Amino acid sequence: MSDTAAKPASVHAPLLSVRSLSVEFGSRDSAFRAVKEVSFDVMPGRTLAVVGESGSGKSVTSLAIMRLTDYTGGRIAGGEVLFRRSEQETLDLVKASDSTLREIRGNDIAMIFQEPMTSLNPVFTIGNQISETLTLHEGLNARDARLRAKELLQKVRLPDADKLLDRYPHQLSGGMRQRVMIAMALACNPKLLIADEPTTALDVTIQAQILNIIRDLQQEMGTAVIFITHDMGVVAEMADDVVVMWKGDKVEQGPVREIFAAPQHPYTRALLSAVPRLGSLKGQPLPKRTPVIVMDGGVPKQVGETHVQNTADYAKPILQVDKLTTRFDVGKTFFGRVTHRVHAVEEVSFDIYPGETLALVGESGSGKSTIGRTLQQLIEPTGGTVRFDGRDMAAMSQGERRRLRQEIQYIFQDPFASLDPRHTVGYSIAEPIIVHGLIKDRKAIDRRVQELLEQVGLQPQHAKRYPHEFSGGQRQRVCIARALASDPKLIIADESVSALDVSIQAQIVNLLMELQERRRLSYLFITHDMAVVEKISHRVAVMYLGQIVEIGTRQAVFENPQHSYTRKLLSAVPIADPQRERAETRIEGEIPSPVRPVGQEPAIHRMREVEPGHWVAIEADQLRGAA
Amino acid sequence: MAGTQAVPSPSRRRFRSLEFALGVILTGGMCLAVLFSSVLFPDGGESMDLMARLIPPFQNPAHILGTDPLGRDVLARVIVGGKISLTVGILSVLGAVVVGTLVGLIAGYYRGIAEVLLMRFADIQLALPFILIAIMFLAILGTGVDKVIFFMIVAQWVQYARLVRGSVLALRDREFILSARAIGVGNRRIIFTHILPNVLGPIVILMTLNVANNILLESSLTFLGLGVDPLIPSWGGMLADGRTYLQSAWWVSVFPGLAIMFTVLGLNLLGDWLRDLLDPTGQTSK
Repeated sequence: MSDTAAKPASVHAPLLSVRSLSVEFGSRDSAFRAVKEVSFDVMPGRTLAVVGESGSGKSVTSLAIMRLTDYTGGRIAGGEVLFRRSEQETLDLVKASDSTLREIRGNDIAMIFQEPMTSLNPVFTIGNQISETLTLHEGLNARDARLRAKELLQKVRLPDADKLLDRYPHQLSGGMRQRVMIAMALACNPKLLIADEPTTALDVTIQAQILNIIRDLQQEMGTAVIFITHDMGVVAEMADDVVVMWKGDKVEQGPVREIFAAPQHPYTRALLSAVPRLGSLKGQPLPKRTPVIVMDGGVPKQVGETHVQNTADYAKPILQVDKLTTRFDVGKTFFGRVTHRVHAVEEVSFDIYPGETLALVGESGSGKSTIGRTLQQLIEPTGGTVRFDGRDMAAMSQGERRRLRQEIQYIFQDPFASLDPRHTVGYSIAEPIIVHGLIKDRKAIDRRVQELLEQVGLQPQHAKRYPHEFSGGQRQRVCIARALASDPKLIIADESVSALDVSIQAQIVNLLMELQERRRLSYLFITHDMAVVEKISHRVAVMYLGQIVEIGTRQAVFENPQHSYTRKLLSAVPIADPQRERAETRIEGEIPSPVRPVGQEPAIHRMREVEPGHWVAIEADQLRGAA
Repeated sequence: MAGTQAVPSPSRRRFRSLEFALGVILTGGMCLAVLFSSVLFPDGGESMDLMARLIPPFQNPAHILGTDPLGRDVLARVIVGGKISLTVGILSVLGAVVVGTLVGLIAGYYRGIAEVLLMRFADIQLALPFILIAIMFLAILGTGVDKVIFFMIVAQWVQYARLVRGSVLALRDREFILSARAIGVGNRRIIFTHILPNVLGPIVILMTLNVANNILLESSLTFLGLGVDPLIPSWGGMLADGRTYLQSAWWVSVFPGLAIMFTVLGLNLLGDWLRDLLDPTGQTSK
């Protein structure tokens, strides 16, 4: 793709050349080396992906190139970063003066960060912030700067650019903000763009849009890109070359196809084996556990076994949800009258059977988390009935409702946030046992806690440690142990593996499946990640704007998607296969808001049965066609 | 990722031994001396010797820290005076903390009408001038150590209530509270085992600062005739008395001043230690 782009004459000289770069944190005598003698080149007009999991040093490397580590407590301990500013001038950024660096930042090298909200200043309008860069580096006057800003916003395909200039960051959606960030980064036609996980915080369909924009603009402007990511799918879609980092070292480097086709380093192989691939279970009716390669002290080790997850028992549902509706009041007049409501969940119905995993898929604002929280009695429903084991939740007494909290457990997305930092994990795991009075004897509780820790793959002596002493994956294991402590029948997993590194994610998914088999657990698996859904679930429900638009067996929904939104969602997932034709289907449009004025109720979809157990919402154009 | 390193080992952190030892020595020493003051100085620092007025310190072995304008031993009065000062300083703060924290927890956790009533009441109280309430209050109740302590609690619980309520508001929507609720933990248990330990840090800091404040406050009230019997020695009272002699006889006021300083320093060190002990993550230390 980059062959067609306009390129400077000396194509073969690298634009940026990183030579045995080392970065340290902490005081000199107890320094922690986050990046160890890493070297790579970035060619003009090409995209280099730096891949790694948390702690690999990939972000630190990108910060060090801009010398931004100076501001985060890091220190460049050695090496050089040679940047070719022009044909004649090559500069070592490690030794450059602060004033030179200020000229280069934003002008020659620009950066996009993961969180578009925190990298935009909330008290200035979008127009002001883009113009600032332009007046600073290009010396434009206010009016010209505004004109250029408008052009830039149009370039990143933001509709209504004129109006957007006067808006504030909080008035835009996440995807729009990230586009503004890209517009700002491209304001001065930089030679190099560093994108640090630019789409990680975004929904898949929005991610697909942003990736498209970056790719198109790169071709148009001939910018070189360093793309920092943990997502192998994104790498396959975006990169020309790949650098794989692990614990501060560069372990492998090469063209993207070679890395995917014939990974050399064991870590790269482990990483690739852990990536869930959409379509990998094609033709198989049941979810399947597959072994994961884990790095054990530098040596790859295969963990787990292949096992078909034949656990579901479809005789009698454990949970029946019928026309569940949850709304929140927002926006009140001065006199306290409600003017707007969030229609988070609208007449949603589904069943979950013992031993079954039902995945609830959707993007932000689809109401999937609200359903989970309503079932866990964290939110009061507005209407509808929920039956657990045949008993109506609304008709239950206080005591029965408390019992329900023992039988249904919830695992949150962020394991660190969901554990009390002031208590040991042993305390946290014991809490459900104590609260529900399951075991009275102190010693027996301790034994049970140790047993639970072992079941989730941790050591019994870990009980005495505090949450901050664990890694992310271990913490999620603690949360799972805590959920298991009260011996529940149903576990609601709310994006429980989304924040984890892929290799950890694969292990946790396997753990969940193993526990399901051993204890006949049912899962309500809430997520936005289609690839994980394919791996773990028996049935899938796709949610859009508070309603289910498609529900059916995993095989039916993935292999025969009927609703246009399901198809859109599936096509937006980046596929970890560079051989595959790069997606040209252009997804447009924001996710609409579920906030509506009082009195304007959303229309409830009518469902039709496509094949046994596979229901799809009838879409508006089909309705018209039928009439 | 940079945030996960450089956390010192818990044992080292918890016994930042020097600070802790110093805190114990200062506070403990002061308390011991005050407890045994009646044994050490059976006269209660009251005996006057007009022949030995204003002896400078370290000159007469019978009066190591010198004597005051009435010929009373400064050392004896500092130690006896600690009785009133420490009692008032520590009890008033403890009382205010208990009341204020409870109110703050209830208002912040349950919100609704309880919060409105409690916090409006707190605002009204904050709006009234302190001295005005003091005069009203103590004029009605009369004077005495117990009344002074009671009054300080009434005047100061508001600070703690506001501080705690603010912290609780920030905490109650955190995910670990939600996850405790999801597990089925009841309100009372959430408040006392999950929220309270997480708000103690700032409370401890405010407490140690307020002890010093209240020791001085007692002397101001006494000066106004609203506090304790002015004849009973107290640190604040001695400071006030010695003020007029500051140029000719510095020791009369400097030694009670030092006593306050060392007590407060000791309490602060203990407070820091306690705060670190309560926070296993070590994120708030220093």
